Amino acid sequence: MFQGPLKSGGDDLANNMKRIAALLAALTLGTGAGMAGGPVDDKLVIDGEREITTRVPAPEGHPFDEIISGWHYRTDETRALEADSFANPGMLYVERGEEIWNTVEGDAGKSCASCHEDAGAFLKGIGAKYPKWNAEAGKPFNIELQIDQCREKNMQAKPYKFDAADQKALTTFIKHQSLGMPVEVDLTEGDMQAWWEKGKELYYTRTGQLNLACANCHEDYNGTYIRADHLSQGNVNGFPTYRLKQSEMVSLHNRFRGCIRDTRGAFPAAFSDDLMALEVYVTWRGSGLGVETPAVRQ
Amino acid sequence: MADPKPRVKVPKKAAAGEVITIKTLISHPMESGQRKDKDGNLVPRQIINKFTCEFNGQVVFTCDMDPAVSANPYVEFNAKVNESGTFKFSWVDDDGSVYETENEITVE
Repeated sequence: MFQGPLKSGGDDLANNMKRIAALLAALTLGTGAGMAGGPVDDKLVIDGEREITTRVPAPEGHPFDEIISGWHYRTDETRALEADSFANPGMLYVERGEEIWNTVEGDAGKSCASCHEDAGAFLKGIGAKYPKWNAEAGKPFNIELQIDQCREKNMQAKPYKFDAADQKALTTFIKHQSLGMPVEVDLTEGDMQAWWEKGKELYYTRTGQLNLACANCHEDYNGTYIRADHLSQGNVNGFPTYRLKQSEMVSLHNRFRGCIRDTRGAFPAAFSDDLMALEVYVTWRGSGLGVETPAVRQ
Repeated sequence: MADPKPRVKVPKKAAAGEVITIKTLISHPMESGQRKDKDGNLVPRQIINKFTCEFNGQVVFTCDMDPAVSANPYVEFNAKVNESGTFKFSWVDDDGSVYETENEITVE
């Protein structure tokens, strides 16, 4: 009778000790897991030859000290896919984009190559400098809008529907010609500064039933988990990106809309003024990172 | 994507008895047959259901694929080569099409 409770008390003590030890272990593990969600210390070298800049010190006025590509936040397997240009499924779309570049379409009987003869030389660096100011339209243009303008004016062809397979492939091909070149947005042209300000405002504005701004996840919590996935800084130097989840190329505006949808908010139309402003601002946040198109993400 | 297009990476040269790595990738939507279109009708299954690699007429690697395999299937495997010859790769589509490609290797 007497021994029972005492023994049980002893067990409780032992159990409590065990619990404390387990708790300590969990705390230690917790820190470890937090680290695991953060950027992996690794270098992106494509085919063992071409190193891509994936970390750069942030310029003054940037919210981060260091700008880090989303590549660092992905698993070993996903990072390896991007580092091997053969295994990278996005390269299939680069090849397809090159075919489109050389295909005649529209009433003018022209292809992209009819005017821009040497695609490699002409396109080198172009993808790293978009979005850029288009004086005629009075707004920033991204690659997709530039393609559509060319198609309508010079080729007399119909503009692409948003996210048409050919639009994504051609954009991927064009941006890939600037692989590794630093992202650079020229804010001095036209009203780019005003669009940047507008984009910044949107970035910090909470939307949707979940009441989330871009900054809540990508600025406050990058490096931690969102459900089972890692949050990155949300840089866009790899778009269009091959997402394993969709087994498809995903355009930047598709991704923007997906993120806004996930806040359970109404999402703006692709290439609308809101999303163009956001593109200007978010692209600027990744200034100096090498173009990774086609990046591979999960 | 346009028509399925196979891509293969095989070393051009190897030493006799060397184990080489072969990488293959084919563009294909791998439509699982589980998805529905906007009107609620099932999108019919269309996948690559078989992949085979032969060397000088002898099968060195083959696999069946099922609907859970992602779009643009990537297959990588090793093979030991003792003599010069031709690797022949084939992918069989549900619609009966066979996509083929060949690669030569010289063994020194």
